[in-house]
Amino acid sequence: MSENVEKDRSQVRQKQMIANHFERLSRAKEEGKKVVYTFVPGNLTELLGALDLLPVLPEINALQSGMRKKSGGYISAAEKAGHSEDVCTYVKCDVGMLKNGNFGPTGTKLPEPDLLLLSYTGCFTFMKWFEILKQEYKCPIVMLQVPYQSEGEITEEMRQYVAEQIRDVVVPALEQTAGKKLDMERLREQLRWSAKAEDDLVKVWESAKKRPSPIDGYFGGVHYVGPIFSSFRGSEEAALYYKELREEIEERVARGEGAMTPDGPQAKEKYRLVVEGPPNWTSFNDFWRMFSREGATVVASTYTRVGGLYDQGYRHSPDKPFESMADYALGCYTNLNLPSRVNLLEKYIKEYDADGFFINSVKSCNSFSVGQLLMLRELEKRTGKPGGFIESDLVDPRYFGKANIENRVQSYLQMLDARMNRPLVPGEGLPVALPVLGRAP
Amino acid sequence: MSQEVTTLGDPAAPLLARAQAAIEDRSLNGVKAWKAANPGALAIGHMPIYTPRPLIEAIGALPVAMFGGGDQVDIIRGDSYFQSYICHIPRSTIELALGGDLDALDGVVFPAICDVIRNLSGMWKLLFPEKWSAYLDVPQNFDRNLGGKFYGLELRRLARELHQRGAKELTDDALAQAIADENERRAAIAELDLIRQKEPWRVRASEAYLMVRAGAAIPAREHTKLLREFLGIAGDRKTRAYDNVRVVMIGSFCEQPPIDLLRALEKAGCDIVWDDAQLGMRTIEGSIELRTSEGGRSALDALVDAYCEQGAATASRYIGNEVKGASLIDRVQKTGAEGVIFAAASFCDPALLDQPMLETALNVAGIPHTSFKYAENTAQFQVIREQAGAFSDSVRLFGGGA
Repeated sequence: MSENVEKDRSQVRQKQMIANHFERLSRAKEEGKKVVYTFVPGNLTELLGALDLLPVLPEINALQSGMRKKSGGYISAAEKAGHSEDVCTYVKCDVGMLKNGNFGPTGTKLPEPDLLLLSYTGCFTFMKWFEILKQEYKCPIVMLQVPYQSEGEITEEMRQYVAEQIRDVVVPALEQTAGKKLDMERLREQLRWSAKAEDDLVKVWESAKKRPSPIDGYFGGVHYVGPIFSSFRGSEEAALYYKELREEIEERVARGEGAMTPDGPQAKEKYRLVVEGPPNWTSFNDFWRMFSREGATVVASTYTRVGGLYDQGYRHSPDKPFESMADYALGCYTNLNLPSRVNLLEKYIKEYDADGFFINSVKSCNSFSVGQLLMLRELEKRTGKPGGFIESDLVDPRYFGKANIENRVQSYLQMLDARMNRPLVPGEGLPVALPVLGRAP
Repeated sequence: MSQEVTTLGDPAAPLLARAQAAIEDRSLNGVKAWKAANPGALAIGHMPIYTPRPLIEAIGALPVAMFGGGDQVDIIRGDSYFQSYICHIPRSTIELALGGDLDALDGVVFPAICDVIRNLSGMWKLLFPEKWSAYLDVPQNFDRNLGGKFYGLELRRLARELHQRGAKELTDDALAQAIADENERRAAIAELDLIRQKEPWRVRASEAYLMVRAGAAIPAREHTKLLREFLGIAGDRKTRAYDNVRVVMIGSFCEQPPIDLLRALEKAGCDIVWDDAQLGMRTIEGSIELRTSEGGRSALDALVDAYCEQGAATASRYIGNEVKGASLIDRVQKTGAEGVIFAAASFCDPALLDQPMLETALNVAGIPHTSFKYAENTAQFQVIREQAGAFSDSVRLFGGGA
């Protein structure tokens, strides 16, 4: 956001929550607190909270490094140390940060992990990433294998496999690290707070069905998911944050205001889009402005569902804690098979009354990217809505060619403008095959 | 000191030519012939690295290992489905499928290896909805009561779904027989590997590769027969001396290196005494033990336990609290190798993410190594040959090995 745009109350609260967390992390070793590194999708934050373990999320650190323009140097450092130019830049950014003193997003030094909790959900690279960190930190590691939803559903066998691993492998490892037994009542309390926050987040997402949408569900959305995806799910403060956020959004709706952009509220909602794929973090606001300044609002996105498909009905539940956490880990967006992802996008395009959809295909993330060109064709065929496609990266600035990408975005929006008055009939496809719009230099 | 086989009068030449022809059978004419001879039986393709072939054979189906199009296929449609930064094997696989070359297959198994193969399984469902396909979630938790139990259920699911599509019902006896056949094949491959290690001039790595890969689309018994025939004449081959270094080559377990790349390395002075290019055939280390004396233990339990307890270390297999690279160092020591060549397909996440960790382990152990990347259709090997030549020279001059 621009410095001169007034921040909402919830934004101020979130900023303070994050600052407090990194402050706690900076004091962790001297205060004898134990630190667990883990990932966003399928994470078991409630378990960590119930055992007073402090989470560190390397993906969040990497994206923050990207936003702070540090990632380019970190990636170079990792490549000089032998990491391939072909692989995930989140990993290389994290390794580079480690090689440069491990200073986190707020500039304070991050504590080394007492345990690596590998929630192996929806991304093969996660496994390699934590093997690399294990070799670097020489600390213990525990893994939760989460089966892929290859047939588009969670079976009882999958649920039991994950729940049994949580009970028999993960909890004992966490208890050993924490030096105390898990209090199940405390865990249930955490799960109740999670469900409360999830209820409010869903109301925020669904507000985008209104015209104009009071939120941007992608660029703005990544700010909204910050607390629930990271260290705060399961806490009372996260629940308070989401209550406040929902109230703010309801106020915006009552005032008939459009989505907030880096330059203030959207004056006129011209295009409603659904976006697939993670954002680029190194030029985040530039990327956002390419859409917002043209009057394009993202009404729904899949990236904001990598930490849970709450709008599809999932809630953490205190009734069967381990099974509930298993369902959460199994249900993250990147753990869905390709047909399910296409179905979900189709649903969003229809339910949010989108004019088109856009795919930001990032080089770093094969979990997201492989199959996106087929998804593009399939969605155009099913919905009759035009799709746009660009290639960029998560945190490698070398793969974000601003002028090139902006040109592609503008071409897409101009094409969308031209077609909005003569929509295509679903199933008949486009009269002219759409070009793949752009590729980063 | 190594020696080279003279091609003229080589008694193994007809078998090697047969193996080469089997590999180049991109339209699966061999599979079509097998189906004609076994009316109603299914042919089931499987992507790398590992699919338990005995399970497929036990239900009367033919397992067909799929390795993309190699350097034979002109990629046109396949490229339109993948971005520039994605490896080559899914492109050529889609190309072959869209061109009808894989029509003989009644289904495809996509084992868990990386996100590319995982998502390819979903693409398959969208592109070929009339064909059976399945993603096989191999365990990364190797406790037989946790990951083993889940894996067993996965295998039963595959067998059940294939039975519903015309395969025979899975029985313990049939699976035990298929496992016995697989063990015979594994024993023959182990003998081949041993010759390669002890007398690399008798069987070059490129030749061993051909003979092992020739089993991709034939039943285990037939492959064993072919291997035995080759082993029987390997000792009669005339050889010529060369001063080569002994290397282990890793990273090629999925998208296959062109055979000419292996030959280029050999010409550059490297005896490849072990490689992971055909890892699927070597994933289970040793025999699959039925242990029928253990009450209530099924043949499927044996297959599951073998994967959990005897699975070869590879980039797609989780290393928990063990030391990363220990198995590679052990491999170098056991094969008497003097160095390691990392040969990974471009954009191969598992191999390329693994490599720095393994290099660190090799550095600590004082084992020299070098690395390069390739694609299945790489056609120019001069740079790689020069690099490998420089590597072998440096190992000769400055020494190597653990």
